[in-house]
Amino acid sequence: MSYLYFPGCSLRSTGRPYEESILAVFKKLDVPLTELEDWNCCGATAYVSIDENRAFTLAARNLALAEKMQANGNAGQDLMAPCSACYLVLEKTQHYMKSDEGVKKEVTAALQRGGFDYRGTTKVRHPLDILVNDIGIDRIARAVVRPMKGIKVACYYGCQVVRPFQTFDHAAYPVTMDRLVGALGATTVDWPMKTRCCGGSLTGTIQEAGLRLNRALLKEAVKRGADVILTCCPLCQHNLECYQKRINRKFGESINIPVAYFTQFIGLALGIPRKELGIQRLFVPLKLAETPGKEAHAHA
Amino acid sequence: MPETNGHDAPRVGFYVCHCGHNIAGTVDVAEVARFAGTLPNVIVARDYKYMCSDPGQELIITDIREHRLNRIVVASCSPLLHEHTFRVATEKGGLNPYFFQMVNIRENVSWVSDDPAAATAKALDLVRAAVRRVAHHRSLATKHVRIHPDVLVVGAGISGIHAALTLANAGKKVTLVEREPTIGGHMAMFDKTFPTLDCAACILTPKMSAVKNHPNITLWSYSEVTEVSGFVGNYTVKVKRKPRYVSEELCVGCMECIDACVYKEGKTPDEFNQGLSRRKPVYIPFPQATPQVVLIDPDTCIEFKSGRCKKTCVEKCDRDAIDFKQKEEIKEINVGTIILATGFKTFDARRIPYYGYGKYPNVYSSIEVERLVNASGPTGGDLVLRDGRHPKTVGIIHCVGSRDRNTNRWCSRTCCMYSLKLAHLLKEHSDAEVYNFYIDIRAAGKAYEEFYDKLLEENIHFVRGRVAEVTDWSARPEEEGKLVIRVEDTLIGVVRRVPVDMVVLAVGMEPQADSQDVRRMFNISCSTEGFFLERHPKLAPVDTFTDGIYIAGACQGPKDIPDSVAQAGAAAAQALSLIDAGEIELEPNTAYIVEEDCSGCKSCLNICPYTAITRDEVKQKAVINEALCKGCGTCVATCPSGAIRQNLFEDEQIFSEIEGLLQDNESVPTGGEACQPQ
Repeated sequence: MSYLYFPGCSLRSTGRPYEESILAVFKKLDVPLTELEDWNCCGATAYVSIDENRAFTLAARNLALAEKMQANGNAGQDLMAPCSACYLVLEKTQHYMKSDEGVKKEVTAALQRGGFDYRGTTKVRHPLDILVNDIGIDRIARAVVRPMKGIKVACYYGCQVVRPFQTFDHAAYPVTMDRLVGALGATTVDWPMKTRCCGGSLTGTIQEAGLRLNRALLKEAVKRGADVILTCCPLCQHNLECYQKRINRKFGESINIPVAYFTQFIGLALGIPRKELGIQRLFVPLKLAETPGKEAHAHA
Repeated sequence: MPETNGHDAPRVGFYVCHCGHNIAGTVDVAEVARFAGTLPNVIVARDYKYMCSDPGQELIITDIREHRLNRIVVASCSPLLHEHTFRVATEKGGLNPYFFQMVNIRENVSWVSDDPAAATAKALDLVRAAVRRVAHHRSLATKHVRIHPDVLVVGAGISGIHAALTLANAGKKVTLVEREPTIGGHMAMFDKTFPTLDCAACILTPKMSAVKNHPNITLWSYSEVTEVSGFVGNYTVKVKRKPRYVSEELCVGCMECIDACVYKEGKTPDEFNQGLSRRKPVYIPFPQATPQVVLIDPDTCIEFKSGRCKKTCVEKCDRDAIDFKQKEEIKEINVGTIILATGFKTFDARRIPYYGYGKYPNVYSSIEVERLVNASGPTGGDLVLRDGRHPKTVGIIHCVGSRDRNTNRWCSRTCCMYSLKLAHLLKEHSDAEVYNFYIDIRAAGKAYEEFYDKLLEENIHFVRGRVAEVTDWSARPEEEGKLVIRVEDTLIGVVRRVPVDMVVLAVGMEPQADSQDVRRMFNISCSTEGFFLERHPKLAPVDTFTDGIYIAGACQGPKDIPDSVAQAGAAAAQALSLIDAGEIELEPNTAYIVEEDCSGCKSCLNICPYTAITRDEVKQKAVINEALCKGCGTCVATCPSGAIRQNLFEDEQIFSEIEGLLQDNESVPTGGEACQPQ
């Protein structure tokens, strides 16, 4: 079991702790990752809304690169895309290349001009899917050295990993992360906001609307007694974590809840040192990790 | 004209049907007729607008006489539809009806093609094959079988009950088999019925007791059909009678054993009340259950679990009706016709997680609410929620598991009307504010629209829009402690949040979970969604593709009570028409032995699924019983010396058909030289 890995821009900037924790967790679980050589922008967000076919072409170049690597010594390795936006645009491109003759023609022609002959065999996977369905919850549970007992988690999936394709979980009521978190010993709170909008890029454009959406999620997580919100998307993480003070000022709230990547949480349970997981980079400190971190150390 | 013996030179009449635009819109019918005219043996080749019409049939009859035709080929629709029609026309012209061959260029060609050139080319191939085949047809005698007058009805909901009573009143002996301990089906659970609001029990229980007391009906409740063999007019059916551990003959339904049970309170969710109440191990589904006999559930009864119960129930029963040693029984019956009225299952609302069923206690399915508002239900008709409160606001969500790409695409037809009925009853029981969230109100039945009008005047709220979710996420103080229904009100174009105390999910109707097993057992078909398939959606709605087996009620598709009863009556009438005819004509497609070729090797004896083959020990040859042979062809393929042949499927007929198909359009064949009988 091994995978090709597409970091995308986020994981090299605002989402650094996501990359750090993914690499550390996969290493701990002995699952090799090979970074996609010469990868480029995935084509997501602004690009898709302005010119779909060009966005698909960008995405398709990454798919074609992966296919090439699979043919040269990386056989059978699916392409892992941890950022939800990358994951979705790659999936979408794959989907339209199969189902829409127009897209297929235009993108194929562009790829050919770039020297690619893409046959459409690349499979795009999200790390949540890989961890639960390939590596398996049992195997992860066996590797836990610091059970996360007593910690209450609100699992947040965001919109893009399960919609519209539902490849590995239910579009309206996903449970994959909840099962995973449960296997680490933590409890999950019943939180009806799992896939509700985090505000997306509205927090940067029409902030009024973005913050309103954002606030509903945070408030409800606090109300349901969550100690931490876990996410699987860099934009969700950024939105939920970075605007808490502004929301408090604007709406008279007193929200202060850590928002971490689910892979950071797994890493803590597996006894990986906090620094290797980028825990120190979080703006709202993950205090609950202090005790687990020490205990994990003691176990090791 | 004298009947041909099948050995004169073939003189074929060929006819291609336009079927209006159905065929002629895609296939070049003039070209098909012209082409057929060039084929060997074809004397007459015509195209005509509607071959199945009287003038179309008359063409065949006149041509046979005028042109001394002795073979007929018609290229039109499926043989299922009109093979019989054209065989009759062939016979009227003076020929044996089996000197006819049909080519399906509608379902197999024009309806599945939008390329006229390719469609026409395929039609030509099929026509050439049929013309070659028909040359080898022989004169055959039609087979007649007697119809056993007894009928099996499977399922005793309102459909099965009505069908059984209709047949029994006509003097036929009926065996009515029901899986549950009581008859009555879903209707017995309902409180009132739309649009007249008459109580379900008041109109159903008289029919239930009529079934029980009818001298012509044998009622086997708590029983299941396990095996069906035979064919139209002569079915043999095995029925498993599950043990009740209470003698049906002795028990009078006094229910004193239930009071006497060592369990002081019921512990098991009550199936009939949808789990809203609890029952004891010894129980009766509901007070008017038919038969009026208790039963014991071995999974929860202490005597079955430990063997050390005080057996207070046995002590109490002065008729000695309780029998812990009762065993399952298999009964075998012979019937001529079968009516399937196996009903439906309600959609499991857990499949739509965002409506919160199974998660929020105050979200109910509509069938639960039927019990909740029922005077003989778990609360005696008091509308009290699972948390003990009485609701002040209720939201009814329509189309749960209907008209939905993610679950079931079909309209369940009954939910609009029963939602209106429940809205009325909920208002009556609680004076709550009642909201209906609907996509469209489908009130297309007699007095249904009027009922809808009446509801509008009762101050029931109607919000048009498919509900997005039911959540306990409160965004405003007035939503605290309530369930919030989020919905786009498409009439005013806003997204609304409606806080309510109780949510009712109007669940749709689905095929029974084991409908595929039942379908296989009775050798009928299902449509894609799993409901039993009727022979024709308009003109044969209760027939199936298996002769002598009929369907009625919601097993064929979602249906309300009036439609179910109408269909049950129709199914009974279809069965009666077969029974009163006394016999039925069958295809003479049986296998036969060519004695001089048979080596008596017995290979065919065991492979026949209908045990139609025996061995004549004197002659040392196989013998086929024509009455038992179903024409499956298994023995024909098995016989190592080619000594078994089959009427209508003779080797030379099939081979010449294949040769016709494979022949190139350019080179016109010279006719049936290949594969002559040896």
